[in-house]
Amino acid sequence: MNVADWVVLLGTIVGIAAYGSWRTRHVRSLNTYLRGDASTGWGTIGLSVMATQASAITYLSIPGQGFESGIGFVQNYFGLPLALIVVCAVFLPMYRRLNVYTAYEFLGQRFDEKTRLLGAGLFLLQRGLAAGVTIYAPAIIISTVLGWPLDLVIVLTGLLVIVYTVTGGSEAVALTHKWQMAVISAGMVTAMVVLLLRLPDGLGFTGAAHVAGALGKLQAVDFSLDPSERYTVWTGVFGGLFLSLSYFGTDQSQVQRYIGGASLREGRLGLMFNAVLKIPMQFVILLLGALLFVFYQFAPHPVFFNQAEWRRHAQDGRFRAIEAEHASAVAQSQSAIRAWLQARASDDTAREASARAAMVAASHRTQAIRAEAKAALVAADPRAKAKDSDYVFITFILTQLPHGAVGLLVAVMFAAALSSKASELAALGATTTIDFWRHFRPLATADEARNMRVARRFTALWGVFAVTFALFAGFAENLIEAINILGSIFYGVLLGLFLVAFFLRRVGGSAVFVAAVTAQALVIVMYFSLNIGYLWYNLIGCAACIAFSVALQAVLPPRARAAA
Amino acid sequence: MTPAPRSGERSEAEPPDVPGFRTWRGVYLFVLGWFVLVVVLLTVFTRIFS
Repeated sequence: MNVADWVVLLGTIVGIAAYGSWRTRHVRSLNTYLRGDASTGWGTIGLSVMATQASAITYLSIPGQGFESGIGFVQNYFGLPLALIVVCAVFLPMYRRLNVYTAYEFLGQRFDEKTRLLGAGLFLLQRGLAAGVTIYAPAIIISTVLGWPLDLVIVLTGLLVIVYTVTGGSEAVALTHKWQMAVISAGMVTAMVVLLLRLPDGLGFTGAAHVAGALGKLQAVDFSLDPSERYTVWTGVFGGLFLSLSYFGTDQSQVQRYIGGASLREGRLGLMFNAVLKIPMQFVILLLGALLFVFYQFAPHPVFFNQAEWRRHAQDGRFRAIEAEHASAVAQSQSAIRAWLQARASDDTAREASARAAMVAASHRTQAIRAEAKAALVAADPRAKAKDSDYVFITFILTQLPHGAVGLLVAVMFAAALSSKASELAALGATTTIDFWRHFRPLATADEARNMRVARRFTALWGVFAVTFALFAGFAENLIEAINILGSIFYGVLLGLFLVAFFLRRVGGSAVFVAAVTAQALVIVMYFSLNIGYLWYNLIGCAACIAFSVALQAVLPPRARAAA
Repeated sequence: MTPAPRSGERSEAEPPDVPGFRTWRGVYLFVLGWFVLVVVLLTVFTRIFS
């Protein structure tokens, strides 16, 4: 990074944070602090919802996913538009009609206080722990490739987001989201244009797409019913619908983005904006990764993209042999691709088929050597981080982009990290203040100034907690997966509570509370005693909560039923 | 304190005020249709390039 990169990076990231703090420094109303400006339009709401969902990991990992496994991951988002229609038609009108600050207040009004505290508690537990990861995960990658101290990246990112989120609350979050999304969009378009320009002469987008397709990277949809297939249309539609409904309908970090705004119409249009754009956006990011794969078939690249990790462990001659073998395999693969492109242009079907088989075999050999390199790394040190796909895009950025653009793309990563983190902190602060502090301090509810002070303190406290957690996260292995598991264990029951609230009008508070606690206990027991994919716990928790609620409501004695 | 429920806010009756759409049901059907079109286009993309 040179001076131009630093100017772009600091100008955008610090500039946006300072602008957000300055513009919202006079926020005195609790309503504005927790729900944002009452005149917010659908465009800002839509961008804010989008910025909240897309963290830095989205822009670092998803191109890597396209590079490694192809673009089939796009199917994971197929349930999202359907879920957003349900949120628009059912969840949002109810939240606005009841004029709530948090989604969990709705549970209190629909059922009772204990159910509200249960819902808010499940959210705080899951989102609070995840808050550390959203700082740690991008910081570890950025610090590794740029050679910056990890702790410094974590602390600076954390301080920046704490300052503007605590200052202006939800209004500052929405305001900065708009500009952060502008930086992210400009950066990703720049990266795509540079990538297309750097492809070998005569290949172009279509040629590169044909190469990527022939090498199995462009299978966007898979209608297979085979349950062992990880990404299919069916898992995307059904699993994605379920996960998106949990996330957009019941997670306060998203609910807070759309319950404010000028009117119900603005919130709805903001969500429909995401329903229309999300799949195409993810497709383009994945396609970028698949095209990176083609680019690196023609450009020299390391056998293992996390070079810092590689240099740390790859000391002996065995690793040098793997590097040499990889360089030779890449050269052969390049020749095979060129031969296939010529055969394809010749209209000789038999020659084309033969050249394609040779190209696929050469590509498989390169992949096998990469797998061998990872295995050697783990053999040298079992604690070595053998996954390098997250480092593919950032390596491209740092080695292929012109100065200025490098700063812009690093700014993309920081903007994405700050935007998702800000929403989390605002939501954690709002939920702690509204659902817990005010519950235990009912007499303080009317004192708006005191409520504001408390909301700011809780937001700052969650920020400090997230930074502290991220600073010590390096001690935990497989941290991200651990947090995902934790989320899956609690998300299902939380969604179950809301689905009962919305769709099972006859079920009362006592029945749903006991059902939710029982369902949560069941999920925890199953997690420790069974060996099934953790994503299933979302479905199990939700289904158990609904089924137990209906059953309990039916067997409760009439008096308890009436009280419920 | 938490504001009182918004009694005056129109919900389903509120028109989307989007050119070409008179009801929210129309907007949702459009989004559903768009989703189907995207899946079809991705299927065609897969057929062409895989």
